[in-house]
Amino acid sequence: MKKDQYRDGRYYRSLTRNIVLIVIVVSLTPMILVSGIGLYQFQTSYREKIYAHLEELVEKHRQNIDSFLSEKQSDIRYLAATFSYEELSDESFLQDRLVTLQQEYGPVFVDLGVVNERGIQIAYSGPFKLGRALYSEAEWFKKAIQKDYFISDVFLGLRGLPHFIVAVRDNYKGQTWLLRATIDFVAFNDLVENIRIGETGFAFIVNKKGEYQTKPFLDIAGSRKVIAEFLAHEKRLGEDVQIVEKADSTGKKNLYVAAFLKDGDWLLVYQQDAADAFSDLKRAFKLTVIIILVGGLCIVTITFVLSRGVVKRIAKADQEKQLMDEQIIETGKLASLGEMAAGIAHEINNPVAIMVEEAGWIGDLLEEEEFKNGKNLDEFRRALGQINTQGKRCKEITYKLLSFARKTDSRIQEVQVNKLLEEIITLLAQRAKYTNVVVNTEFQWGLPPIRVSQSELQQVFLNLINNSLDAMEKQGGVINIVSRLQGDAIVVEVTDNGPGIPSANLGRIFDPFFTTKPVGRGTGLGLSICYGIIKKLGGDIEVESQVGEGTSFRVRIPLVPKEEGKIETKA
Amino acid sequence: MSAEKNASQNHGEKEQRIKLLLVDDEEGYVNVLSNRMSKRNIDVTKALSGTAGIQALRKADFDVAVLDLKMEDMDGIEVLKIFKKMVPHMPVIMLTGHGSEEAARDGIEYGAHDYLIKPCDFGELVEKIRGAIKTRR
Repeated sequence: MKKDQYRDGRYYRSLTRNIVLIVIVVSLTPMILVSGIGLYQFQTSYREKIYAHLEELVEKHRQNIDSFLSEKQSDIRYLAATFSYEELSDESFLQDRLVTLQQEYGPVFVDLGVVNERGIQIAYSGPFKLGRALYSEAEWFKKAIQKDYFISDVFLGLRGLPHFIVAVRDNYKGQTWLLRATIDFVAFNDLVENIRIGETGFAFIVNKKGEYQTKPFLDIAGSRKVIAEFLAHEKRLGEDVQIVEKADSTGKKNLYVAAFLKDGDWLLVYQQDAADAFSDLKRAFKLTVIIILVGGLCIVTITFVLSRGVVKRIAKADQEKQLMDEQIIETGKLASLGEMAAGIAHEINNPVAIMVEEAGWIGDLLEEEEFKNGKNLDEFRRALGQINTQGKRCKEITYKLLSFARKTDSRIQEVQVNKLLEEIITLLAQRAKYTNVVVNTEFQWGLPPIRVSQSELQQVFLNLINNSLDAMEKQGGVINIVSRLQGDAIVVEVTDNGPGIPSANLGRIFDPFFTTKPVGRGTGLGLSICYGIIKKLGGDIEVESQVGEGTSFRVRIPLVPKEEGKIETKA
Repeated sequence: MSAEKNASQNHGEKEQRIKLLLVDDEEGYVNVLSNRMSKRNIDVTKALSGTAGIQALRKADFDVAVLDLKMEDMDGIEVLKIFKKMVPHMPVIMLTGHGSEEAARDGIEYGAHDYLIKPCDFGELVEKIRGAIKTRR
């Protein structure tokens, strides 16, 4: 179960997924929350700040314009109050007054005129030829004659230029007359036109009918509806400055700041593209989004990379642990097998020894006279000799079993590779015989000993030869075992003429748990353990195989093992 | 075999018979060795355990002792130590199982004369026994 779990990557994939999810959620959530809240707060307070600033600006300008208008009105009232109708009806006197005013206030006052109640201008001073002009039908005159003081809307009038009129009504001997002054449009327009903020912020004034009283900086055709709404709500607006954010007819969002002036006759409107007004805000928003995106991307990338690495390590550690467990079991099996073999060898030794000695005793007795002429004496001797020989053979077998048992430890000792191979071949001889396999050896004699764990090295060759035997179980064959010194390493080749390994499997045969043997026959660990042992010794193990021709394993073991460095190991 | 035979004949009556104490808990082995040795001028006193060996040594003197290191009642090395205390000049030849040569080497340190690995060649054993006696004399 556990093995399966490790083998298919599902467990590790879900582990990776969980780590990634947890890290991303834990790190991204606070980041997004903090940025979002911060941005929201910033947006709110920034908007408030902008609103307050614009309100203040518009309020100030409203006051400016109002005071400009009332100032001009006062000047004219002063003139009317100070000088009599006769005096002012004298054009040269009027001219003097105009000059005085212009000296005082600059070219704000364009002209002065005295108009009687029938609308005839009886005296005029100014750049235009408007003497005796008739205003009885003029809009401004109709209104001005009704009121003590009057300031007109901007209009073109007789002169054909935009201007507006400040007029004061007075009585002279029962007759009503007006003193009127024309205010230079450019001077007035400047008052409003100077309100410029950003690229799209500008101000203008409209009258109650929505007609421009100053020249708007940009075309505001799209904003007419909004302005009409302001005008419609004159009562509600009162003295206040009002701000709305609305899309104009082209769909562009604008900020409108409006305040009535001139006692509600005119509306001062400040208009700015919302995107322009809040450009800083937009920049901050963009920056935040970019930081979140880039940061988030970094977090996600790093999380993926790191957690993959971590899980890879865990998987490797698991696999190593698994392999080690299996190796311990294998070693344990081998050790207990060794112990058993040793026990059997010891048990067999004694009876065999007795048998051999008894045979010897019979031999001794045959020397006596009474048997000297026995008919079958030679046959007896031959039989005894055979018992002796076979006894010695038993002895050899038990010796080998015992030496095999003794070597199931991982102590480093000096090992003669050829001797070790011979022992293994002897151990496997019986099996080879049953599977019809001939084992040939081609040893280079006089190989220097190597310092390794005898039982580990034994395991390597035992595994390789056993695998060959397994492969040739059905049809038999030949195993060639070659040993030779090559450079500073001993090379052992185990070659069989079995069925070979398909090239698809060739790259995986050293992988742990890879096996082609039926379930229960192989753990898939043999070759991977061999690989581990040889690598530990600083050597390597290679395989060549042709399907149908056979397989050859080449094991290279350096004379100077990795752990021991450059210490001389020659005997 | 034939060399052995000649040796036994050569020594014959001329030589004094050797008194050997054989300590081994494998009775069959002890018996057959005893039989074969008696034909070669060696009188074997059989002891089937370490304790029996020590008792036998108390009762009589021996020219040489052959001692199995692996017995059920006592460790052969312990028996050897006692033998060496009782009769320091008596040579002791040890028999040891294959793979226990280290114990045999320990035995040499404690004063054993030599050792053989069991199952041993009979001729070799007899040679060692004779050799041991020669060194003593």
